[in-house]
Amino acid sequence: MMQHLPILQVIVPLLAAPLIALLRGREIAWLATFIVTGVTFVISLLLYHQVSESGARLVYEIGGWAAPLGIVYVIDAASALVLPIVTGIGFVVTLAARHLVTAEIDQRDHPLFFTAWVLTIAGMLGQVTTGDAFNIFVFLEISSLSAYALVAMGAGRDRRALPAAFNYLILGTVGATFYVIGLGLLYMLTGTLNLDDLAVRLADIEQTRAAYMAMAFIALGLFLKMALFPLHFWLVPAYSYAPSAVSALMAATATKVSVYVLVRLMFGVFGIGFVGISDGLGTVLLTLGIIGAFVGTLAAIVETDLKKLFAQSSIAQLGYMAIGIGIMTPAGLAAAFIHLFNHALMKGTLFLAIGVIGAQTGRATMRSIEGAGRQIPMTMTAILFGGLALIGVPLTAGFISKLYLIRALLESDLWILAGLTFVSSALALAYVWKIVEAAWLKPRPEGAPDLHETAIMWLPAWLLVIATIGFGIFASPLINGAVQAAAIFFGGQS
Amino acid sequence: MTSLFAQWNYFLVIILMMLGFYAVIARGNMVKKMVGLNIFQTSVFMLYISMGKVSNGTAPILTGDSSTVYSNPLPHVLILTAIVVGVATTAVGYALIIRIQESFGTIEDDEIIELMDDADAASEGPAS
Amino acid sequence: MLHSETLIYALLGLPLMASLGVLVLRKWPNLRDGQAVVIGLLTAACAIEFFARGADGTSLTLLAMTPSLSISFTPEPLGLLFALVAGCLWPLATLYTIGYLRGAHEDNQTRFMFFYAIAIHAAMAIALSGNLLTLFVFYEILTFSTYPLVTHKGTEDARKAGRVYLGILVASSVVFLLFGVIGVWVIAGTLDFTAGGILAGKIDPIYVPFLLGLFAFGIGKAALMPLHRWLPAAMVAPTPVSALLHAVAVVKAGVFTVLKVAIYIFGLDFLSSTGASEWLIIVASFSILAASIVALRKTNLKARLAYSTVSQLGYIVLGAALASPLAASGAALHIATHAAGKITLFFCAGAIYVAHHLSDIKDMDGLGRRMPLTYGAFALAALSIIGVPPLGGAWSKFMLMGGALDGQHMLVLVVLMVSSLLNLVYLGEIILRGFFAPAKAGSVAEGGYAEAPWACVAPLCITALISILLFFSVDFFILNFSG
Repeated sequence: MMQHLPILQVIVPLLAAPLIALLRGREIAWLATFIVTGVTFVISLLLYHQVSESGARLVYEIGGWAAPLGIVYVIDAASALVLPIVTGIGFVVTLAARHLVTAEIDQRDHPLFFTAWVLTIAGMLGQVTTGDAFNIFVFLEISSLSAYALVAMGAGRDRRALPAAFNYLILGTVGATFYVIGLGLLYMLTGTLNLDDLAVRLADIEQTRAAYMAMAFIALGLFLKMALFPLHFWLVPAYSYAPSAVSALMAATATKVSVYVLVRLMFGVFGIGFVGISDGLGTVLLTLGIIGAFVGTLAAIVETDLKKLFAQSSIAQLGYMAIGIGIMTPAGLAAAFIHLFNHALMKGTLFLAIGVIGAQTGRATMRSIEGAGRQIPMTMTAILFGGLALIGVPLTAGFISKLYLIRALLESDLWILAGLTFVSSALALAYVWKIVEAAWLKPRPEGAPDLHETAIMWLPAWLLVIATIGFGIFASPLINGAVQAAAIFFGGQS
Repeated sequence: MTSLFAQWNYFLVIILMMLGFYAVIARGNMVKKMVGLNIFQTSVFMLYISMGKVSNGTAPILTGDSSTVYSNPLPHVLILTAIVVGVATTAVGYALIIRIQESFGTIEDDEIIELMDDADAASEGPAS
Repeated sequence: MLHSETLIYALLGLPLMASLGVLVLRKWPNLRDGQAVVIGLLTAACAIEFFARGADGTSLTLLAMTPSLSISFTPEPLGLLFALVAGCLWPLATLYTIGYLRGAHEDNQTRFMFFYAIAIHAAMAIALSGNLLTLFVFYEILTFSTYPLVTHKGTEDARKAGRVYLGILVASSVVFLLFGVIGVWVIAGTLDFTAGGILAGKIDPIYVPFLLGLFAFGIGKAALMPLHRWLPAAMVAPTPVSALLHAVAVVKAGVFTVLKVAIYIFGLDFLSSTGASEWLIIVASFSILAASIVALRKTNLKARLAYSTVSQLGYIVLGAALASPLAASGAALHIATHAAGKITLFFCAGAIYVAHHLSDIKDMDGLGRRMPLTYGAFALAALSIIGVPPLGGAWSKFMLMGGALDGQHMLVLVVLMVSSLLNLVYLGEIILRGFFAPAKAGSVAEGGYAEAPWACVAPLCITALISILLFFSVDFFILNFSG
């Protein structure tokens, strides 16, 4: 049983999805989803435990076919770190989905909704576990196609979800196709698709123009999927018009998985020694990252719709991850992993809490939260904590992210960039303050509908708040995990 | 010796790819965008299929004769998968277009953006 | 015999207990306020005991995030001095607050008392903090806990002032101070306050002035010009808040942080040998003079006192920037002497407001004859601030001048003298008008003896006497930072 965990991680949700589609009745569909996400969460924790305990990487050969002929699933320090955050967020958001989906989605659609829900999680987990480059594409499309459908389900409340989903589909498909083009070029050069095998053979061949093109196409495709500035335009409408539960799930996990795949391909396959990586990609990521950080933060400051506001802030936060990767040092990559993990917690918190408001008022705008601090204190406090973590206040997870990112920059003598990164992250104060001012310092406007909350509504967001603070205080395990994960891409184990 | 025209298949792929990509970007009509997207994807399928072809090779069927030259089957198999994905994408895309037509009454990009901006302006108004 | 550890817990915990007590006893105002005064006295006793005993190297770690990042408390002489100042002035301020709030019939007294106690808790934690991270966390808590106090009146003006207050303090700390903290952590690998500093030999001296700048301007609470705007803006708040801001906790926490960073992070020797703080001497001197001149032009009593504070804080920053042990000792002493003096001045301003609803200096001609106790205390405190013996302020100014001489900074000597003159003019005017100017016809200054309620007058008399006490028992308060 234990040695089959790598495949179970993916196959459980993948097989559960069609079964959920067959269920009738919304409670049972939710319950099945809840159990499935719970099981995947437990599996990912077990995997993390196995990997961190033994320090070895687990290789699972599907059907007993060894690589490079067969497809293998690989769990190493990096994937073991990303799996629990995807499944953990999936689990908590599913818990919240019970009331969010009831409020926002037509009852007849619930089984189909949860089918797509489980599929998109399965797709993400597949991308993280698989050791085969083409398999990544397949899982990428599995998770994306179901995500398009999920976003479009927001149309029940706001028809603008439809064009948002369509644009997401067009750009997502273009991104995935770019990835496939790059992969085709790589296959022509090496004759293999296994990630480890690719790395070995690429090291032997000359660094030709074809290899650069392959790298560029793959990177470009993944930039699109991870919404790196200036390829981020699909993200804001898609996240903000999607149903609240979907926003929370996607904002916390989808782009993170793409960041992970980028790291896996660029560092794990091409390797830091590849000239295009160390010179070209690093500069591109640093430049786009810092611009994205400013553009996203400034856009968030002027935004009045909370979902859009935090979607814009996601652009900025992805910029920080790009910067961390772009530093091209183990410390930078570790910082990117730390932030990937922490940002998932913060954004999950924020979108879940906003969902509580959105489910009642339709859209959560600055106007609709005026004076809400007294009516729904737990929810608004969760937003406050999420916001503080985004700013990087000590004792929250965001502080640890910021600390390690700045340190990585300073250690590489990137003083100016460190300063800019710092200023842009401090600017987050402006939009968080706007929310505090609206929620606590303004009275509830006359005639505004009363907001209410119950424990079942705020509990999921608070679970993530506790995690955000917990990982801000007891940070050592995460830091060690991230350092180990980064080490394997710099001549550590593989 | 690789002359320019010895690799004509790549030129075909690039031309198709740009045609499709242009249609995706430049067309406002969503159906045309989908068509462009399909052409774009198909060009990539062609890239894979042509790379698997070995000169004078036959279909990859084991005959027991070790001197038989046959084409590389792996890219073809990959593209089978990619075609399935492409069909699924197309289906989702057209489904969305139908829903957009139903609720907006148009499938032109710019008209929809106008309608969306109006709705944005409306939601800025007093909270309902 | 109490353990040092127990005393740390007591100093941190008692104010928290008081704030909880305020919440629990909110239905019974007399009990609510009584317990706050009693706990305040206990806190003062603990602070005195701890200061007299001195630091013995005890360290208390509450949370450890990573081996080099933790929330921990390590008392040392400077911190204990600040704890002593905050701890002793708190019960007096509480007593005064009770008199003021009731005298002026303010609303939301429970909320006020609650956040007052929380602010003291944060100030105590800052005083005892063992590393920069701890200090930063409680520095922010202090900012946020005082915000409801500044905006207590709830008017549009108060809210605007609150925005300036929070905006400057939070923005400067999140942008500059936090960056400085992270910078130190990256360079030195630790954030612990260590005698002699932790940066020497780890950083290229070229960068030291920039790093120092991050702290000097990141610590907005030190009100170094041009980051002083929040302090006059916060004048809209009730007078007990001004006392808290100017004397007990907030600005003192700011300059304390500057001193602590200069002494225990940079190290005085390192600063003076690299000359990294030369520019700060100039900025602080400018701040001292400019604020004094602005104070001269203000006729609102509280605004004048506010600019006087900005100027006096410049002395302490100057003491840190001079980077000589004598100047640093003088600066530390000035925290205590200025606190005693300024709290008296603000108590007096509040007493005048409570008794006669006056806030403009021009209307106060002859008022001293109606309020002899208040004006007497005011005169004592003003003389202490000016630096006249036999009052506490004389010593700290004297030591700062000695420090300037040590470092051959003649210009600084001139600045200190000129500023003393300016002090004399803008504070002296108030005293002279009060005692000697004839009362204007029809003004409230006509009539017999009329002091504010005893709860207001008693504290200001006590704090004025403390100023005298500080002169004669100064040995007890002088810290030695050499070596």
